[in-house]
Amino acid sequence: MRTLKMKSIQLFLAVIAIAVFPALTPGQQVDAHIGKLSGNTDAGKHLYFRYCWGCHGFRGNGEGENAPYLNPTPRNFVAAVFKCRSTPTGTLPIDEDLYNSVGRGFNTTNMPSWIELTDQNRADLIAFIKSFSPRWKTEKPGTPITVPPEPKLTLESIRHGHELFEKLECWKCHGQEGYGDGPSAATLTDSNDQPIKPYDFAVGWRFKCGVTNHDLYKIFMTGLDGTPMPSFADVIKPEEAWDLVHFLRTLQVTHKSPELTLWESTKEGAEQVAAKKIYGTPTGSGVKQ
Amino acid sequence: MGIKQGFVAGVAVLVVSAALYAGPSGGTISGKVTYEGTPAKQKPIDMSKEPSCAQQHATPITTETVVTGPNNALENVVVYISAGAPDDSTAPGQPAKFTQKGCQYLPHVLAFEVNQTLEIANDDQTSHNIHPLPKVNREWNKSQPPGTPPISEKYDKPEFIPVKCNIHPWMHGNFAVLKNSHYAVSQGEGSFTLPNLPPGKYTITAWHESYGDQSQEVTITGSETKTVNFVFKAKPY
Repeated sequence: MRTLKMKSIQLFLAVIAIAVFPALTPGQQVDAHIGKLSGNTDAGKHLYFRYCWGCHGFRGNGEGENAPYLNPTPRNFVAAVFKCRSTPTGTLPIDEDLYNSVGRGFNTTNMPSWIELTDQNRADLIAFIKSFSPRWKTEKPGTPITVPPEPKLTLESIRHGHELFEKLECWKCHGQEGYGDGPSAATLTDSNDQPIKPYDFAVGWRFKCGVTNHDLYKIFMTGLDGTPMPSFADVIKPEEAWDLVHFLRTLQVTHKSPELTLWESTKEGAEQVAAKKIYGTPTGSGVKQ
Repeated sequence: MGIKQGFVAGVAVLVVSAALYAGPSGGTISGKVTYEGTPAKQKPIDMSKEPSCAQQHATPITTETVVTGPNNALENVVVYISAGAPDDSTAPGQPAKFTQKGCQYLPHVLAFEVNQTLEIANDDQTSHNIHPLPKVNREWNKSQPPGTPPISEKYDKPEFIPVKCNIHPWMHGNFAVLKNSHYAVSQGEGSFTLPNLPPGKYTITAWHESYGDQSQEVTITGSETKTVNFVFKAKPY
């Protein structure tokens, strides 16, 4: 009788302990959720100190052994300011944003794609990365922005997108033709005072935060925090944002997209694209006309 | 019933009148902020890349990292109570206003309270991006083309935050996010006044964007006015 009572008390205390101190039970910590995946901090720690710390540093502050040789500098996880988010500017990203960033890598930087790791590995890494900053304990991630369905691609949409590009003065940094050579380009610095280049639309097709039209929409509607790229969420209406997406695609003259094909079907579009295409081809590499 | 309610009402009247009475009769700290030595010469700003802004200034404006007045007065110094005063539980209702005009921030240093609304307006014919660079608060970066409504934001932690516009690299300002309403920013004569201070022991701090900060202890008893002066060592670079 007495032992039974003792046991029930012990069980009761154990239940309380698990309920009150979930973080103290080793191996049970789940700190990242990506779809059906649950990232584990302890598992992520081992992976971090194998793959990531050389650049991102022992303390996650972006000051790893290799950092002095890298441009742009590795992300500082203690500051917890992230470029690629689906959430509004100034908010923490959702776990999926970080997970996608690790899998995708960062175009035009030294951050490779970690697609070789398993999905579980990447989820575990996200859980560990989040342990570097107290922000993840005191703040909630932002609510992802709503991306309305993409309307049908039309020439009007491309032309209107071009007007927006002019009106919102995207060209001040990205240049009139999207080469990343606008009047303000030379003086841009990131939030660590390191020089940073605006995206050159003509050289490729991958953006820093993805490859799809949907990704492109999110880039200018959330801004790339920590860089000079601001959020335009307060100044562009959702339907207009898609027009801008369609226009920006036509600046990527080396990437065959439906937008570029449609634009080239017009006389003015064909002329503009033909004039630009010499840039980046084997015979005209680096030549600007 | 009547007696009890009457008593409560009476007490309430007493409390309110006491609060009103205590307000204006508190102590005052006033003084002057000056510098010694030679401050760095401010550089003229070339706005030729932004003609719509350049034409707003008859003579080119200069950088504002050190702004001085007559008799070694130092402007744009935030003087505030850093210890001794309770944190404000509610932020003031009226917004703190920050304006972009002629590709310049007005004012150059804006002090406001934690959780007070910050209203940022663009009076220019060009797009700006407002990019404050906090370390403890959240970092955001927003585009504001001409003719768009003011941006409203708040900061929930005290901090001195540099502000820049990436499009116009010469634009540079500061936010001072403070914990209580006892603050002032030194103006032309370098003078400041902190009124309505209840009796107590205070740490009063003066912060300047280039010369850092310094503090002094002040004890206020009753409705006296105490003079506190700050002298910053100017750096020639």
